[in-house]
Amino acid sequence: MKYIHDFTVVGNDRQTKDFVVLTLQAGAEALPEMQPGQFAEVRIDGAPGAYLRRPLSIHDVDYDKQQIKLLIQEVGKGTKVLTQQAIGSNVNMVYPLGKGYNMPDSKRVLLVGGGCGVAPLLFLGRHLKKNGITPRFLIGTRTAANLVRLDAYSELGEVMVTTEDGSAGTKGYVVNHPVMRTQQPDFDWIYTCGPEPMMRILAKYANNHNLTCQVSLENHMACGIGACLCCIAPTRDGNKCTCTDGPVFDSKYLQW
Amino acid sequence: MVDLSVKIGSLELKNPVMTASGTFGYGEEYEDFIDINALGGIVVKGTTLHPRQGNDYPRMAETSMGMLNAVGLQNVGVDQFIQTIYPRIKHYKTHILVNVSGSTVEEYVETAAKINELDAIPGIELNISCPNVKEGGMAFGTSCPSAIAVTSAVREVYKKHLMLKLSPNVTNIAEIAKGVEGAGADSVSLINTLLGMAIDAQTRRPVLSTITGGLSGAAVKPIALRMVWQVANAVAIPVIGMGGISTAEDAIEFMLAGASAVQIGTANFIDPQITIKIIDGIKSYLEKHQMDSVQALIGGMVTD
Repeated sequence: MKYIHDFTVVGNDRQTKDFVVLTLQAGAEALPEMQPGQFAEVRIDGAPGAYLRRPLSIHDVDYDKQQIKLLIQEVGKGTKVLTQQAIGSNVNMVYPLGKGYNMPDSKRVLLVGGGCGVAPLLFLGRHLKKNGITPRFLIGTRTAANLVRLDAYSELGEVMVTTEDGSAGTKGYVVNHPVMRTQQPDFDWIYTCGPEPMMRILAKYANNHNLTCQVSLENHMACGIGACLCCIAPTRDGNKCTCTDGPVFDSKYLQW
Repeated sequence: MVDLSVKIGSLELKNPVMTASGTFGYGEEYEDFIDINALGGIVVKGTTLHPRQGNDYPRMAETSMGMLNAVGLQNVGVDQFIQTIYPRIKHYKTHILVNVSGSTVEEYVETAAKINELDAIPGIELNISCPNVKEGGMAFGTSCPSAIAVTSAVREVYKKHLMLKLSPNVTNIAEIAKGVEGAGADSVSLINTLLGMAIDAQTRRPVLSTITGGLSGAAVKPIALRMVWQVANAVAIPVIGMGGISTAEDAIEFMLAGASAVQIGTANFIDPQITIKIIDGIKSYLEKHQMDSVQALIGGMVTD
């Protein structure tokens, strides 16, 4: 079941120049159960040039407090409006949308996030931990200043970092990190979200090492509910909507 | 109690608000948000004789107050529609029209003939105006002789309500409307999307895989309104207006320009409940203006 609800902004915490965590309080209606990897279509009001809703991953959920967190990177007019939402303002969301990450058949998992792609991995990590699986995170960014929410990830499990300029962690891309350079990986499942080139390399890596790799695509969307057919990804069964058949796909299902 | 019902030829709609093809899937996609049966009608996804995968990603570009799409008629094909989708949606207590497209006159005819056999489908919307396919589509709708040819051919096999969806990418849309009226169309719907284009200045590449695409959304409304007015003045058959309708007031403007009903398209993406809000808004307008029937709005623009 999908819902359209109004939320109240109760937290707007700027992490870096570009990243903000919005904390949204549910209204009269209780939060439905959400799966890690699912997303919300967030309405943008008052941004000339930003006409459509913005699909954003569910970053974290607190059912006790009835709150959802969104990690938002300011990349354009729409996200700029969202990052400037004042406490007490109203945010309308259509949610929870799409298919999330599957639970693993192994306890050895690696969660790999690139840039804003780290967003869904916190909720995923929390879900895994609740199910007795300790998540390990590998987070890659361009520079140390773009590393966000490391404290929240660290509470759930080990956090490894790469930066392209070497300002934190291992210098290079996520695949340059020692955890991915061993003869035999010490994990069986890769969960990833981030830039497509990164996810394609991880998918290939998973194939070479006979691992399962679940990728979350960030295709541009209009409706978010499978009506417009704009956000398609080529799969073994032809073009499929990222918004309803994804955004999480098994990498082997995609025509990569 | 105001009367919201309108007549589109043989179709009696409980209210003038329909949904536009390609923006509302098969109705099912919106079941969590609205009561589909409360709508005047729905026009389901463009359907072709054979399944189509559509164009490559990217197919969508946001624009100022609108969007470009280049979906390219991705659909399961008419046989699959009849076997798997039709049984799921035929219970809807609203008019379900199927939008029909093709690459050749024969494909249009064959698809229409198959849909003619479906009891719960009281009409088709013949799409001679899709800008996103290489063959067919808009090619039929941009010249009067070809628009007449495809309409006449389908009219011979299709016995129920035949609505023609017109392209705005023409010099004189009223001429095309008159042409299809003469060829047996029961109504015309307009406008389909306007041919547009987007380039990413940073990468210097086209945003859409097809380079050009169809513009829809609030940005196109004034053009659509003008064309509806021109066509309504030129033909005797009902006109169904669409193009950027996002509020009840927008819908009322189209009716004042001469539309007997309206279709809501891109606005569904921004608010999946917008159709119901528009129906409620029309009702409030009629009450406020002490009008008994929505039919009094049709062609009611005051010019003196």
